[in-house]
Amino acid sequence: MIIKQLSVFLENKSGRLHELYSSLGSANINVSACSVADTSDFGIVRMIASDPDEAYNILKARGFSVNINEVISFATPNTPGALASCLKILAEAEISVEYLYGFSVGEKSFICLRCNNPEKAVMEFQRHKLELISANDLYKF
Amino acid sequence: METMSRDQMRVVQSERLRDTVERVYYNIPYYRQRMQEMGLAPEDIKSVDDLKHLPFTTKSDIRDNYPFGLFAVPMSEIIRIHASSGTTGKATVVGYTRHDIGIWSEVMARTFTAAGAGKSDFIQIAYGYGLFTGGLGAHYGGEKIGATVIPISGGNTKRQLQLMEDFGTTVLACTPSYAAYLAETIEESGISRDKLKLRVGVFGAEPWTENMRREIEKRLRIKAIDIYGLSEVIGPGVSFECEHQCGLHINEDHFIPEIIDPDTLEVLPEGELGELVFTTITKEGLPLIRYRTRDLTRLNFDKCACGRTIVRMNKCTGRSDDMLIIRGVNLFPSQIESVLMEMDETTPHYLLVVDRVNNLDTLELQLEVEDRFYSDTIGELQALRKKITHAVESATGLSVNVKLVEPKTIERSEGKAKRVIDKRKLV
Repeated sequence: MIIKQLSVFLENKSGRLHELYSSLGSANINVSACSVADTSDFGIVRMIASDPDEAYNILKARGFSVNINEVISFATPNTPGALASCLKILAEAEISVEYLYGFSVGEKSFICLRCNNPEKAVMEFQRHKLELISANDLYKF
Repeated sequence: METMSRDQMRVVQSERLRDTVERVYYNIPYYRQRMQEMGLAPEDIKSVDDLKHLPFTTKSDIRDNYPFGLFAVPMSEIIRIHASSGTTGKATVVGYTRHDIGIWSEVMARTFTAAGAGKSDFIQIAYGYGLFTGGLGAHYGGEKIGATVIPISGGNTKRQLQLMEDFGTTVLACTPSYAAYLAETIEESGISRDKLKLRVGVFGAEPWTENMRREIEKRLRIKAIDIYGLSEVIGPGVSFECEHQCGLHINEDHFIPEIIDPDTLEVLPEGELGELVFTTITKEGLPLIRYRTRDLTRLNFDKCACGRTIVRMNKCTGRSDDMLIIRGVNLFPSQIESVLMEMDETTPHYLLVVDRVNNLDTLELQLEVEDRFYSDTIGELQALRKKITHAVESATGLSVNVKLVEPKTIERSEGKAKRVIDKRKLV
């Protein structure tokens, strides 16, 4: 249930994002979720890749600065208030959210979330019968 | 003194040199030891021709004897202390007796006089007052010529311009980059230049180009005079331009100049480019023998159109070490390295980029992101940048912009890494 997310440091230079993704694309690695956090000077690209360890090696070999972090991923109904109630569960369990990113299509919404205690977050979500997405579901699409 | 023949100058210098060598030999253990190691006694130095036999002194010799180890008199005779930045946090400390302060006032008085200043002038001193020698050095020189001295020190540009107008400042003394900044501020704020009575500027403490001089002269409508000095030798007042602006006259009856090859340490003939070395021959508190300035220039012994016969030096064209001067503050790249070393055992790859934007020096520290300190959150990366900025400011007094860059983007080199790019066009 704990999912490996890659985090890559990029300077704000034209073409860097393209270089990053084509490195993965040409190695046949698929990216199933991603988000770019930006400042005026640099960005952090977070992504869930189909083979996180291989992706890590490839990116390192290409000279990128990469980390692997742990995130959790879950699905909610695509309705107003659905995400809010998930966040309430975390707040009540005193779990703090670092960041999240998500996307909705059709009847479902998918969220990737980083918090300070992913194991506890998984337990809480399971207790509340939320639909957690397993690593396997994401890794090899 | 400023117009005597070369032969007369030799006589004056030789006599004063003999006195100084005796003074340092009998009063400064460091020099006595150096001379004894070389088999030299004071009697061996009979004239300026013997100067080349004497040992050199460097900035680190002064630092190694921090704070007062090289002073030739008891502290009760020292009436003033000044200090400038050293390589690793320890300041370079200099001291003056009453007699020395008199010399300093005299050489600065010559400087102002050569710039055309006199009793009826209003001199606004925007050099920093404090441990830095610029402010007080200019101050005493201005008072010596009987001018009306305005000791406003640096900063607070709005007030500088207000008082410049209200008091009728005629002479401006500050760094050339600050003068350019004032020119810009006047233009942008819509103050009419016609309301100001500025006539001449006396600028130093950092290198500046002929282009910059022309620009300042045009925009401020003044004559811009170059002056040169360093705290170790005395402060401002070591050399100065006259109204012809064709080289800086060195006060060689007080400071004997030599030009040496920085690698072989051989004395070079007149006209050749090399490192400027000074021997002080009238200072009592901190007399220095063959002090290596690390500034590169040439000497010209011809008589100047102004009538002065004292030797001239060109504007300095660079340094023989890696010291930078940024906003008037001395900075050695090794100071930055020390700060980065504290982050971990090894220094990350870094590059210092110095530039000049809107007439003020800027300092950027590019740092390659390495796994050991790369974090997934923006907050932590920003905190890292802040931590480094803070540490650099504590260590050097300079504010730096930290730019995180991707790994392997900073050029690697064999041997000594190129750590500094100075984009300011100073030659």
